[in-house]
Amino acid sequence: MYDLSCASITKKFGAFTAVSDVSLDIPSGSFFSILGPSGCGKTTLMRMIAGFETPTSGDIRLKGRSVVKVPPNKRAVKMVFQHLALFPMMNVGENIAYGLRCRGDAKADIPRKVARVLERVGLPGVETKQIAQLSGGQKQRIAIARCMVLEPDVLLLDEPLGALDLKLREHMKIELKQLQHQFETTFLYITHDQSEALVMSDAVAVMNAGRFEQIGTPRELYDSPISGFVAGFVGDSNCLTGRLAEVRGEQASIDLDGGGTVVGRLSDASRPGDAVEVFLRPEALTITTSETNATLAGTVDSMLFNGANSRILVRLANSQLIEIADPSAATSVRQGDAVALTWQPDRARIFAGRAA
Amino acid sequence: MGRDAGRLSLILLLAPFALWIGLLILLPQIGIGYVSLREKVGFNRYEYGFGNYAAFFGEPIYRNTLLRTAWISVLVTVLALILGFPVAYYIAKMARERSRAALFLMCLIPLWVSDLVRAYGWIVLLRETGVISTTLVSMGLIAEPVEMLYNDVTVVIGLVYTVILFMIVPLVSTLQGMDDALLEAGYNLGGSRFTVFRRIVVPYAMPGIVSGCIITFMLAAGSYLTPILLGGKNSSWFTEQIYNQFITRYNWEAGATFGVLLLGFTSLVVWAGLKLTGQSLATTVAKE
Repeated sequence: MYDLSCASITKKFGAFTAVSDVSLDIPSGSFFSILGPSGCGKTTLMRMIAGFETPTSGDIRLKGRSVVKVPPNKRAVKMVFQHLALFPMMNVGENIAYGLRCRGDAKADIPRKVARVLERVGLPGVETKQIAQLSGGQKQRIAIARCMVLEPDVLLLDEPLGALDLKLREHMKIELKQLQHQFETTFLYITHDQSEALVMSDAVAVMNAGRFEQIGTPRELYDSPISGFVAGFVGDSNCLTGRLAEVRGEQASIDLDGGGTVVGRLSDASRPGDAVEVFLRPEALTITTSETNATLAGTVDSMLFNGANSRILVRLANSQLIEIADPSAATSVRQGDAVALTWQPDRARIFAGRAA
Repeated sequence: MGRDAGRLSLILLLAPFALWIGLLILLPQIGIGYVSLREKVGFNRYEYGFGNYAAFFGEPIYRNTLLRTAWISVLVTVLALILGFPVAYYIAKMARERSRAALFLMCLIPLWVSDLVRAYGWIVLLRETGVISTTLVSMGLIAEPVEMLYNDVTVVIGLVYTVILFMIVPLVSTLQGMDDALLEAGYNLGGSRFTVFRRIVVPYAMPGIVSGCIITFMLAAGSYLTPILLGGKNSSWFTEQIYNQFITRYNWEAGATFGVLLLGFTSLVVWAGLKLTGQSLATTVAKE
């Protein structure tokens, strides 16, 4: 049973297609993210699910029932807005009670329900506070409480962490995940921040130019992307461009644009002679100073220290910079050293070059 | 040095304001208040007391004129709010970015013409030999020309037309500050159109509503030309009484008394309005 399914949804604004033939099924109680750069149509998709836009074609079903013709205020989908949209003229209690009163709950039950949901989001007793008195993280939780008190089938979250500072954002990621577990409600989370999507989600759909590129678990997206866009957008990657020289089974060798030849795993239907891109994760690269088994040579340009996320920048012969996360090499090499980079061919993914 | 310069600039900036408040507002008010308290008992001989006020309250026609002026002004304010709110909402929320400025300008254009000319425009339309009357006769809808001037309805129409802009401007500026997401959140959480309007739009626009109502009420109650020109001799507008006392009867003492009473009474109405709706003057300036 899917809480939310979309069947080939398309949305056109005049001649512009914002969302093109998108289908997705979200199982009950899961945390599903739509990840994509700004302008990829993810907000339009969410607004169609909430009912603020009508799809040009396709169907949206909530718990199996089509809701395309249901007005937004009658859908069991609640939404946490990008800037939260808490009502400034009401206090916290009134904000949360608003939905209950619209639904026509018995007056006597409302204070009890408000108090209970505030307890569940970890802010008991703040009913009489004004919105302006809350901190960013508290507002976030009130916005979620305001939706969850109505026990929706699906909760939509439209980049709600965007306005928070970095430290709080890291904290809220974990907290959102915990809240989702606690309420056992399906969350549909929209973001352009790949780390938010990877950390919190059970499944992620990567969206680009109005289409889904790939749907899968965070690990699948990271380890086996199916397109160059996904490989480049999800997680950090070094991207080398070149021409496919020779294909042997799954492995292929590429003549790089700046000179040099590398081997990797061919991940789509490119043919010898095609322009391709090779994606290399920073942690898949190892630095060696001996020339054996070398696949790329360069000099250490700089060391970027960031605790566990430290990087070594190596400048290749064609002057491209490559990021490497090799903790064992971090102490042994210095700026200006000539080094060689090696990797297992399986971890270098080759995709057709994007026209850009 | 820097502090002295700062103080000097503060004084220089405040000086015009202080002069304006002092010379053009406080001083005349004190003068009017002073004149209202004196009574002429002979040539260049005056006595001081509340005799003028007693005379006002003793004469029903004066009292009733003041009450009538206040009541019609309240009606004008309410009508201006009812008519102005949709216009302001359309300009602020529904019109496209480009047409917004044009629409706003179209509201402002009538203000470039003086009150007199605008009132005269209504006269041209509504008088017995006016455009509407003659058109209706020539279309055969009515047998004889009708006089549509010189009644209360015309005065109310004319006043609403004169003051509505001062309702629209503050409403547009408060409504423009409202994030559309608030409305969407209102629907998303299950509110009907009416609920969203009553519980989100109106409370949000309250500062604009309050300041718009105060301005339009004060303008309507203090207007002179429109009620006189459109209502004629029997418009019984309170400013007309003040004018009569000052100019026609040359009774400055009574005129000053009426002036003080008009200010006092309209302020009282505004205060009562604020109390009734649970608002304070502070809400008109402070947002969030």
